Amino acid sequence: MNILMLGWELPPHNSGGLGVACYHMSKALAIQGASIDFVVPYAATHPGMDYMTIHAATQLEPLDRYGSMGAYDSKYAQEKGGAQGHGDIRGVQKRYVQYVERMVQEKAPDAIHAHDWLTMEAGMRAKELTSAPLIVHVHATEFDRSGQQYGNPLVHEIEQQGLLMADRIIAVSNLTKDIIVRRYGIPASKVEVVHNAIDVASLGTYDYDRATYKYLEALKEEGYVVVATVTRLTVQKGLTHFIRAAARACEKYDKLVFLLAGDGEQRDELIRLAADLGIADKVFFTGFVRGQQWRDAYNVADVFVMSSISEPFGITALEAAHYNAALIITRQSGVCEVLHNIFRYDFWDIDALADRMIGIATSPALSHELKENVRHEYARISWNDVAKQCMQLYGNVRAGVAV
Amino acid sequence: MSKRGIVLYLHVHQPLRIRKYSIFDTATAHDYFDEPDATTDRNNERVLRKVADKSYRPMNALLEKLLARHPEFKVSLSITGTFIEQAEKWAPDVLESFKRLVATGQVEIVAETYYHSLAFFYSRPEFERQVDMHRAKIRELFGVETAVFRNTELAYNDELGKWAESYGFKGVLAEGWDPVLEWRSPNHVYRPAGTEKIALLLKNYRLSDDLAFRFSNQAWEQWPLTAEAYDQWTNAAVEDSQLVNLFMDYETFGEHQWEDTGIFTFFENFIGKWLANPENTFYTTSEAIAAYEPVGEISMPHTVTWADTERDLTAWLGNGIQREALRHLYALEDDIVRTGDQGLIADWRKLQTSDHVYYMCTKWFTDGDVHAYFSPYDSPYDAFLYFMNALRDVRYRLMAYHRGGIHG
Repeated sequence: MNILMLGWELPPHNSGGLGVACYHMSKALAIQGASIDFVVPYAATHPGMDYMTIHAATQLEPLDRYGSMGAYDSKYAQEKGGAQGHGDIRGVQKRYVQYVERMVQEKAPDAIHAHDWLTMEAGMRAKELTSAPLIVHVHATEFDRSGQQYGNPLVHEIEQQGLLMADRIIAVSNLTKDIIVRRYGIPASKVEVVHNAIDVASLGTYDYDRATYKYLEALKEEGYVVVATVTRLTVQKGLTHFIRAAARACEKYDKLVFLLAGDGEQRDELIRLAADLGIADKVFFTGFVRGQQWRDAYNVADVFVMSSISEPFGITALEAAHYNAALIITRQSGVCEVLHNIFRYDFWDIDALADRMIGIATSPALSHELKENVRHEYARISWNDVAKQCMQLYGNVRAGVAV
Repeated sequence: MSKRGIVLYLHVHQPLRIRKYSIFDTATAHDYFDEPDATTDRNNERVLRKVADKSYRPMNALLEKLLARHPEFKVSLSITGTFIEQAEKWAPDVLESFKRLVATGQVEIVAETYYHSLAFFYSRPEFERQVDMHRAKIRELFGVETAVFRNTELAYNDELGKWAESYGFKGVLAEGWDPVLEWRSPNHVYRPAGTEKIALLLKNYRLSDDLAFRFSNQAWEQWPLTAEAYDQWTNAAVEDSQLVNLFMDYETFGEHQWEDTGIFTFFENFIGKWLANPENTFYTTSEAIAAYEPVGEISMPHTVTWADTERDLTAWLGNGIQREALRHLYALEDDIVRTGDQGLIADWRKLQTSDHVYYMCTKWFTDGDVHAYFSPYDSPYDAFLYFMNALRDVRYRLMAYHRGGIHG
């Protein structure tokens, strides 16, 4: 079966979970026998991805694919290119669509699988030209990215069109399905929930380097507990609540330190907030991390917090579980639906988060049970199951069922 | 020659569930058991009122009717102190109806720990104090003495058998578990290993669980269970033995098995059918022990309970958070008891109720069988968190007491 996979990024050129999910999903699909043409909006090498054909829709550098805007910063997308011309994201998207148009005229796929608003227009155009079924895979909606605000109306409009035109929709969680049904008015029967997974093997062998976060290690030896999050510092992630909860927890228990690994437009605001609350010395900002520093951030963590206001899935929680952290996750995060040996709380409930931080920090047994038990859970979640569900879906859509 | 009999033993219990008690409540509010949200099952008043309507009132009415109709019908009940205290507050009429049952002379009250605790495994003096408290409460409320003992969750081992004898009980109740019984039948009176005067009554778990767990299960091949079929099974069970020990939660009737499953009608019909056979009767636990000599000795060196397929204590003490919670709780014993502060001591004991650690059981989560987790909390970890926050408050009060602080 020939699948036209329309994506925006693949590792190592990814800025977040979307690229990771696309990579593992495609790999598992290839193992299931799918022949995949994967289109990205930039030109670069992708080592170790011989199992599919990767097409560069433009000759841009990977980092230029968002134009002048930061990764995922959909709020800056405008209809007119303005001063940036083709450098702006709408320009990149137009070139992406043109490339896909040419491509499908040469070789029509059996199914089109488009990921998020970034590629939905290309997906719709490809469907128009080939009458192959369009599967829209929703990893995040504009409601999530804007922290439950209305968001950018242009992006919302593209999503609305894409969801209407899709023959089937894959949502990465029930939370996301709910948004698609309630906020976009799509019939629930058209939306399938396929949770993301984790590929432990791909994380490979790795040795924790105690020197990376040497100061934190020293504090741990003094009995401090490291509460960490690995994320983009953006409003969707609910980090002001995280910082406030950190301050609240320190009122009752002093031996806590907080690690925020990642970067984003909210960084300065968060630094100021930590200072205003008097815990600046306890909050550590790493800036953007990848590779060793990224893995070490998970490793140094005793507790991993996902404080997102609206998180369609949240693969980082599975990674944190793999690196042996106890998890505290908002009920507004889709990963909650596949893990049970975790603490859940509502993103606005600062006291609940603080209470749980202290609870884990003061009880070795609780910390141990959480870490130990969640290991059994995340290990059961496999990309092969995701691929099987996708294959089934391609087959059914093709047969004209459930369109 | 004594008649063949059923020993029907029902366990009446409600714990005092801990509210969402956060670290910010610790040392500030001492109302661990007063969940303000009346829509959740952490709210003890709500649960008690609900179960009173669904189970205690209709079942007691039925028992009263059957006891009057059949002089041979007998029931044994164990009623925990934590239930009695809540019924006194929110359903006094239910307690009155229990008193009427006991007043018939056909109902025996079985002894246990007042707080439905696992104190036997942590502190013998504390355990005995709770057994004494329960005995006193039963005497005060019903005007009767207890003679037969059951430990929390039917947790039994040889030590308990010996203790019960030394404490003057005539008998103990336990699970009739196959790996212990081997070729033997649970349908006789036995003698606990290492004792001389005391009897052991063993639950017939197949026939008990047909009612307690399977009755409304539509996937069960025997569903729907009729009084005729169940009468045949029980008669067959005593063909060459003497007793059928039906031990279960009282709340089986109306709460675990709802009225619309037909459980009450079934029960009424079954009692009539069983007694229609002139060779059959009912015994209270004491009467069964008086009617039959032990046929042999049973040894249970390891603790056996009536729970789960494992029949052990893993649902209460199987993981680290459960053991840590109880270790910290019982570590306070001497200091708490020494205060003589009745409010503080009572709160500490209410935390001993086994349900608290049961809510912390993670084995279903780990097995992927999340739906088997019955609890008023989001997760076992939340249950632990609120418990520990409450326990910290108990410590705080203790510290304040010894400093001559908040209690003067």
